Amino acid sequence: MMMVDPLILTLFLPLFGAIAAFVLPRAAAWVGLLAVLGTGVAVAALARAVLAEGEVVTQLGGWAPPLGIALRADGLSVAMLAMTAGVGLLVSIGALDALRDLRERQYFWPLWLLLLTGMNGVYLGTDIFNLYVMIEVIALAAVGLTVLSGTKQAVRAGLEYMYASILGALLFLMGVGFVYLQAGRLDFAGLIAVEPSGAMSAALALMVVGLLLKTALFPLHFWLPAAHANATAPASALLSGLVVKAALYIFLRLTTYMPLPDEILVTLIGTLGAGAVLWGGVQALRAERLKLLVAWSTVVQIGLIFIAFARAGQVGLSESWKAAALLILAHGVAKSAMFLAAGRIKDEIGHDRIADLDKSDTRPTLAQFTFALAAISIIGLPPSLGFIGKWTLMEGAMAAGYWHWVAVTMIGTLMSVAYFSRVFAGFLRFDRMRGELAEHKGWALADAAPLTLAIAAISLGLMAAPILSFIELGYPFGAQQ
Amino acid sequence: MTETPFLPLFILLTSLLASPVLFALPESAARLRTGINLGVAAVKVALVAWLGWKVGQGVIYDVSFTMLPGLDFKLQADPLAMLFISLSAILWLITTVYSVGYLERGPHRARFFGFFSLCVAATVGIAMAGNLFTFLIFYELLTLATYPLVIHRGSAEALRAGRIYLIYTLAGGLVLLLGTLGLWVLAGTTDFAPGGILDDVVAENRLAAQMLFVVLVGALGVKAALVPFHAWLPIAMVAPAPVSALLHAVAVVKAGAFGIMRVVYEVFGIETAQALGLTAPLAALAAVTIIYGSLKAITQDDIKKRLAYSTVSQVSYITLGVALASPIAAVGAMAHLIHQGLMKITMFMAAGNLAEGLGVKKVSQMDGVGRDMPGTMLAFSAAALAMIGLPPLAGFVSKWYLAQGGLDAGYGWVIALLLGSSLLNAIYFLPMLHRAWFRDAGARDQTPARRRIGWMLAAPPITTALMVLAVGGFANAPFSPLEWTRFVVAIEYQE
Repeated sequence: MMMVDPLILTLFLPLFGAIAAFVLPRAAAWVGLLAVLGTGVAVAALARAVLAEGEVVTQLGGWAPPLGIALRADGLSVAMLAMTAGVGLLVSIGALDALRDLRERQYFWPLWLLLLTGMNGVYLGTDIFNLYVMIEVIALAAVGLTVLSGTKQAVRAGLEYMYASILGALLFLMGVGFVYLQAGRLDFAGLIAVEPSGAMSAALALMVVGLLLKTALFPLHFWLPAAHANATAPASALLSGLVVKAALYIFLRLTTYMPLPDEILVTLIGTLGAGAVLWGGVQALRAERLKLLVAWSTVVQIGLIFIAFARAGQVGLSESWKAAALLILAHGVAKSAMFLAAGRIKDEIGHDRIADLDKSDTRPTLAQFTFALAAISIIGLPPSLGFIGKWTLMEGAMAAGYWHWVAVTMIGTLMSVAYFSRVFAGFLRFDRMRGELAEHKGWALADAAPLTLAIAAISLGLMAAPILSFIELGYPFGAQQ
Repeated sequence: MTETPFLPLFILLTSLLASPVLFALPESAARLRTGINLGVAAVKVALVAWLGWKVGQGVIYDVSFTMLPGLDFKLQADPLAMLFISLSAILWLITTVYSVGYLERGPHRARFFGFFSLCVAATVGIAMAGNLFTFLIFYELLTLATYPLVIHRGSAEALRAGRIYLIYTLAGGLVLLLGTLGLWVLAGTTDFAPGGILDDVVAENRLAAQMLFVVLVGALGVKAALVPFHAWLPIAMVAPAPVSALLHAVAVVKAGAFGIMRVVYEVFGIETAQALGLTAPLAALAAVTIIYGSLKAITQDDIKKRLAYSTVSQVSYITLGVALASPIAAVGAMAHLIHQGLMKITMFMAAGNLAEGLGVKKVSQMDGVGRDMPGTMLAFSAAALAMIGLPPLAGFVSKWYLAQGGLDAGYGWVIALLLGSSLLNAIYFLPMLHRAWFRDAGARDQTPARRRIGWMLAAPPITTALMVLAVGGFANAPFSPLEWTRFVVAIEYQE
């Protein structure tokens, strides 16, 4: 009955798409769109299977781990796949319109499909060496997307990103090597059985630092703002909305199979998150350009997700991952909307200097509205998914008596109101215009994609209960393992 | 008795769905926009009247769906909700007429009416919220939807006011989030229920319950403009007149006051709140706000600012009536929710007419305006006299019940407070009336700003002034706000 395993399709459709888009540059956009659409269908099939069976496992070539490679999907991984495919599809539609330059179009699609392959591989992977391979694939594609615009700043930021990425991957690989020496196997299921030891802790430390560098947790975030701010808008949306989530996801999974050996480490991670919220907030308040502000807000949000991870201490991790997952999903959808909208604003006004936004006589109202909707979710105002994530975070922290996490979250929220209202003031002030308010240019296809994403970010909050019960399917972090 | 829940849902959706349509209309489609605005507002009034009829017969409507495990999005049309819904539905219709006239040739009308509609949806949501979680959702929506209206003019001054408004209200909203979470963690539910839901918690952890009270009432006090959280209200007066009239005299401040009612009556329960020893300090804070607002109002020369400080003072009557913990005072508080809304909206619309028609924005320019705009100024005068508490006008009725309630609760000082406040009301309102009616226009006659105002500006304040007369004069008639209030208080005090 089953023709092709949706697990395999999810991984290989984008890969073949990437190759096809590279070989057929003229048809790249349509090949790309088709591949993303196909991946979405495969993910939907996978979601059905997970709904029915809880977890779905396929052994590539019929070999079971530790010899062969297994792909595994459960509620959380399918949620990540679905977010990636959904956001990816809309960003693709936006890119059809936003990428005018031939060279940009030619390289965007193969790189983006390669990126999709890598991310899907991460969400389905079950052993740490394969995860290493996948994060290298992601890094390769992501650096390519960063420098796509070809501007000097973008290339410089891309190089910095590449160095950080290579270093992170190297640290991760060293950790993988340690684990192999110590345990003799690399699959998740096998890792649980390994006795904790000094060497295993060292391996975990190496891998975690590598991942934190890749996901840009403060103070390892130095590469992110320039890279995300200078990339072309659809690339920024993918980088900020999706790419940083891959390393975050590996971190969440890894710490289930190799628990952090001490409560202090959990607190440390949370403290770094708090540092990100505060430092990123200050930088966003100071940022002079719209896209840079949005990039700093990503640093803040990554910090918030780590606070969610640490919100109730080590004992609470079996619940805390849900808060982290909700925030990951919320940020993925809202941030991609925000970057696309910022790109539209920059396109129409001709620059993205925040202080001069109100001098422009053209007002891309729809993109501005979209930006504001996305900001509602990122600030965490009801009923958005960001609000639900923040609610879950604070609820757990409060129940565990960890009031400091509640306090940091509230301070971060207020700061986000402050830096986003700088932007709103630029949208809504009219007494500094150079001339008469120009006629509205009308809506473009490129406006539809971010608007859809922003509306999704708000309305998904109303579906939080089904989302929460879905991500628990197959016990991603539960008793079964 | 429960019925199918479509009716409250429809009432919420009328303005919620009208909003995106209004946004999408091109700026030039003025006639269609006006048609949609008035049509939807009228349909809403009709639906609300129907709902009120049903609720009066004892039907309770209840709609909910699960948003988080154990936590519902819940709408409930109960008698207390009806009080606020009918106020906002009727005044929305009237203010819509006024806004259409006021913004006739102004820019960004699509945006204005889109957000205006959203505000009313938020108000209805606040009224019908069946638990604190749902209340929080609409409370934040109200903040977000009013911000673009405050800064509608797009000037530097408007932007500054908007920033202050946003900081105050969103900070208040954040504290309300904290309180809602606290309630959820402590009690395991956030449902509103007459008599309160916290008896177990209070027995177990008195201090936590007290802190929760302070956090929740403090958060709601920002929108209710309780001192020291009131500073945003006079600053927000930079908004266009209809916004000041409906939102800042009625919807936003009432959302705060209404929230305090819900929290005191249906989260804590009046007896529990009293037992925690927190109603008396709240009454004291309300008293301070009443006097402070009036004193500040006297010193304002800008008409809208004077009215705004008067709102600071008058809205705290509601909080006072709640905090006195006497059923008679509660009647006064709830009646004042309606009465103050009618009086203040009349005065703000009249002030808008003075600015539009005569260019008069300051009290010191009001000499002789009564002869230039007799209708508008008659309406203003009626509302001002009612506010001072001239019997049998609306303000007198609320003050009468508050004073009796004060005696009932054993607080004799309430009488002195109300007399003092009435005196202060007279001190800042009577000179305005004196200037308007008994002084010569003098130099103002030559001001170039004169223009005739249309019926869409002239009729609304007269309509609401007539309502001010009616709710006072016929206070004991069936379906008058006062009668309905007695019905609600019987429920909240579980008599």
